Amino acid sequence: MPCVTETYDVCVVGAGHAGCEAALASARLGLETIVFTVSVESIALMPCNPNIGGSSKGHLVREIDALGGQMGINIDQTFIQSKMLNRSKGPAVHSLRAQADKAEYSSNMRKTLENTDHLTIRQAEVTELMIGDGILKGVKTFSGAEYYSKAVVLCTGTYLKAKCLYGDVVNYTGPNGLQPANLLSESLKENFIEIFRFKTGTPARIDKRSLDFSKMEEQKGDQKVVPFSFTTNPEDVQIDQVSCWLTYTNQKTHDIIRDNLDRSPLYSGMIEGTGPRYCPSIEDKVVKFSDKERHQVFIEPEGLYTNEMYVGGMSSSLPEDVQHKMYHSVSGLENAKIVRNAYAIEYDCINPRQLYPTLEFKKIRGLFSGGQFNGSSGYEEAAAQGLVAGINAAMFVLNKEPLILDRSEAYIGVLIDDLVTKENHEPYRMMTSRAEYRLLLRQDNADLRLTKKGYELGLISEDRYLKVIEKEQLIAKEIERIKHVNIGANNLVQKILEQHGSTPLKNGTTLAELVRRPELNYEDLAEIDSERPKLNYDVIEQVNIQVKYDGYIKRQLKQVKEFKKLENKKLPQNFDYEQVKSLRIEAKQKLNLYQPINVGQASRISGVSPADISVLLVYLEQRNHNRKS
Amino acid sequence: MKGDTIAAIASAMTNSGIGIVRISGQESLSIIDQIYQSKNGNKKLSQVNSHTIHYGYICDQGKVIDEVMVLIMRAPNSYTTEDTVEIDCHGGSLVMKRILETVIKYGARPAEAGEFTKRAFLNGRIDLSQAESVMDLIQAKNDISLESSIYQLQGNLKKKVNKIRKELIHEIAFIESALDDPEHITLDGYNLKLNDIIKNLTFELNELLRLSENGELLKEGINTVIIGKPNAGKSSLLNLLAGRERAIVTEVEGTTRDVLQEQINLNGIILNLIDTAGIRETDDIVEKIGVDKAKKYLLDADLIIYMVDSSTTLDKNDHEILDLLRNRKVIILLNKCDLQQLTSEMEVKKAFIQEEDLDFNHRQEHLESDQEISSIKEFPIISFSAKEQIGVEKLQTLIQEMFFAGEIEANEEIFLINVRQKAALESAWNSLSLVKRSIEDQMPEDFYSIDLMSAYEELGTITGETVGEDLVNEIFSKFCMGK
Repeated sequence: MPCVTETYDVCVVGAGHAGCEAALASARLGLETIVFTVSVESIALMPCNPNIGGSSKGHLVREIDALGGQMGINIDQTFIQSKMLNRSKGPAVHSLRAQADKAEYSSNMRKTLENTDHLTIRQAEVTELMIGDGILKGVKTFSGAEYYSKAVVLCTGTYLKAKCLYGDVVNYTGPNGLQPANLLSESLKENFIEIFRFKTGTPARIDKRSLDFSKMEEQKGDQKVVPFSFTTNPEDVQIDQVSCWLTYTNQKTHDIIRDNLDRSPLYSGMIEGTGPRYCPSIEDKVVKFSDKERHQVFIEPEGLYTNEMYVGGMSSSLPEDVQHKMYHSVSGLENAKIVRNAYAIEYDCINPRQLYPTLEFKKIRGLFSGGQFNGSSGYEEAAAQGLVAGINAAMFVLNKEPLILDRSEAYIGVLIDDLVTKENHEPYRMMTSRAEYRLLLRQDNADLRLTKKGYELGLISEDRYLKVIEKEQLIAKEIERIKHVNIGANNLVQKILEQHGSTPLKNGTTLAELVRRPELNYEDLAEIDSERPKLNYDVIEQVNIQVKYDGYIKRQLKQVKEFKKLENKKLPQNFDYEQVKSLRIEAKQKLNLYQPINVGQASRISGVSPADISVLLVYLEQRNHNRKS
Repeated sequence: MKGDTIAAIASAMTNSGIGIVRISGQESLSIIDQIYQSKNGNKKLSQVNSHTIHYGYICDQGKVIDEVMVLIMRAPNSYTTEDTVEIDCHGGSLVMKRILETVIKYGARPAEAGEFTKRAFLNGRIDLSQAESVMDLIQAKNDISLESSIYQLQGNLKKKVNKIRKELIHEIAFIESALDDPEHITLDGYNLKLNDIIKNLTFELNELLRLSENGELLKEGINTVIIGKPNAGKSSLLNLLAGRERAIVTEVEGTTRDVLQEQINLNGIILNLIDTAGIRETDDIVEKIGVDKAKKYLLDADLIIYMVDSSTTLDKNDHEILDLLRNRKVIILLNKCDLQQLTSEMEVKKAFIQEEDLDFNHRQEHLESDQEISSIKEFPIISFSAKEQIGVEKLQTLIQEMFFAGEIEANEEIFLINVRQKAALESAWNSLSLVKRSIEDQMPEDFYSIDLMSAYEELGTITGETVGEDLVNEIFSKFCMGK
């Protein structure tokens, strides 16, 4: 039967946050790229919370931006409120979070995709992987059309065999009532891809006009907004912001929930999927933390041109009538009109252990995947993986070295390493506590860490690259300078110190030593530093942080040095670990299953002991010697 | 691979009473410079030629620990091909341990099982054909240190360490959940609370360090099990050697229901004396447990002292014991020699050989002559009286002789485990001091968790647990967060 056939370099399946980054990266690297979506209107859709960033997720967005991704630019152009979280804490945990105008965010991203060279958008459901003689040929859509390509990136999000539930109501749809993708799962299974079933949930949306804001606390954005993207001019993001609102659940809310628990599909067994512990439904919170008298509820606008408000903190899969009672029991929501019900969603995703840290399938060359399909959760986590999967699909086609970020280089590295190395039984969310070298992986230095790599890949312009190099030099020079600026115990110095509540000097010291004092910073000391050059704020910020936390940073750098030793020991691929007799049985099985790329990754697999790692090192050495001789 | 600097006791602490502490790695020479003092006080070992031996002292901050010979071997001409220092000392195992601890204090870390050999191999020192055996060695040594029943015995230490770890992870999880969800969880005033907690935990660590200093955590030394049928005088022997009333000694059979332990220092040799319940057929449940335990201890014993009640005849119980002693290092005491003798040295030997033979289904004819019997089995038998203190000196001399002849050895693994544990406790303690300093310096809270986590990881090496998903699990189970 005749059908449409087309040929591309890279096919991207899905145009959510992962798919958009994957498609843009591939096309920007000059490869003919096609991206499939079940609905063009749902490109970069935000079906759950109306914000981008937050603790550790903000770091991901910065890193995506530093590598040449789109998420940071897109949110800078469409945000309606922005906050730097954890400002009172150390610089490593400062995190940007912005409320998005959801509709704007989506259409702005669509515009970007539509105007990117080498990128084709196609509205169609992909139903099948075309694989012949074990080699990936491309994908087939529901209509039977065939799209040939050298690489495929799967970013199907929560659409595979999706099912939305509340009470005993089941809708076989993707998020927001969108068409699910019911056939692709079978094609994956036929190709021996292991499938998990995960679950997540979202709260109700309510009509702004029906709320009593006088009973809530107003949550304003920051006075001075910091942009996500290193390319955004800070002047451009000083806009009029809208507010969010804080209210609380109460005993009555909790009673309503407890009285109706038996009607929740979660407790009646209708939901089989594993839900995330970090984003529990309100019924989970009430059951698990029964001693808490109230839980916070954030009422967040979904955009400037809609009355819909997101009820943060109250996701649920309770029946519709219970939802109504429950929301109405909350202070300020007594008369709330519900626009969309809360629901839980169940979907197919893969066991990410089947992937290399490049996000390529170990068993199928040229097949990559990113986003919730890989068992993660969150827009930012999805975008980060999509970017890496897209880059590596392109590198595969171009026959170039893939991009692998390790745990000491980026949160993206931590995210992907955790996904492909650790056993994962729930949707994975990024957290700062997962990054063991977080003092080095700050959101403020993402450009210094990653932009060089983005430039080498071809996603960062020469101009931007040179600016980063210049910044790096200015920082180094200024740090060196203030280490050698001697400060004597004169009157002016003592006066400045007194002003900032700092103990007066007994002997002379250096400017760097003063910057290290907790109550002082680089800018406070301008008056006693007559030779100070004029520097941009981003340089000053780095000088301040790097000098102030020097001791801690040095300690982490030392740890990283240790870490890199094992990371740099490469392991052979498709290797049969049964050959290494001295390994324990469990270690052999796990290593065969995971096929780690280096000894460092092997050491993080549960069930592989330090002694096994020693054995592996000896084995590798022997093998290398034999090869040479 | 150029790694960090490692150290360990390289020789058994037994033969000839001289032991070697070996240091290998880049910092070996700078470490020895800090702790070595020559006779005239100004020789620097980092300056001397390779493969030379130097007489002098090992000191810690001016305090002399032992008189030693130090062998310097420069890279690549050493076993590991790294800079290597060997300290020959002869002050007995306690002194050796002090020296190793000092070396660790100045920057080395305790070597892992098989690590010297591993390094030698990785640095190309050992022939490739030996790789297999190197890998087996690593795995085997690891198994021994983890499965050694003595390692399991230290339940008490593990319990205490686990308690501290539990508190640590709870605090880390609290800080982390507040960082992840600052709008739900606040850290206001937390630094004061944490300061108190750190104070308590530091106190508890100090307590553990003090215990480890006294060797009370894990009994190291020669595991010496005293065995014999009920009322043979085992507890009296223990009391005699330990010099105090530890076991309850009565005339009633089966008084020692459980197992008693005592550590004694016999002219520098540490004996870990274990008094067991008398072995006999019993229906008494409590005593039965004691008897089973005694049999278990026998398996781990480096030396067995078998007490025979020579005022009675050998009975079924004695035969059962003799059966357990086959191929073991045994000293037999014919106790109660002050009373009328019903069992002689020759009768014991005869019984021992018969036991063995019956089991191996050998014929009995050739065992007729007494002469032949004494020539077949050479095990020391001493006429003894715990009550009159007859034969005590003979027993002590005998044990010393066996030790120096290398016939009995202390379990080196335990020795290592102790050194490692102490190093781990000390690093945890240091990490907590860093937290304290961060609090004093008014650092933001996220800095606390860095060093709290280090302390948690260090202590985990004692209990043999890795961190894995501990923190994430704790965060989710204890703190309510989420959108």
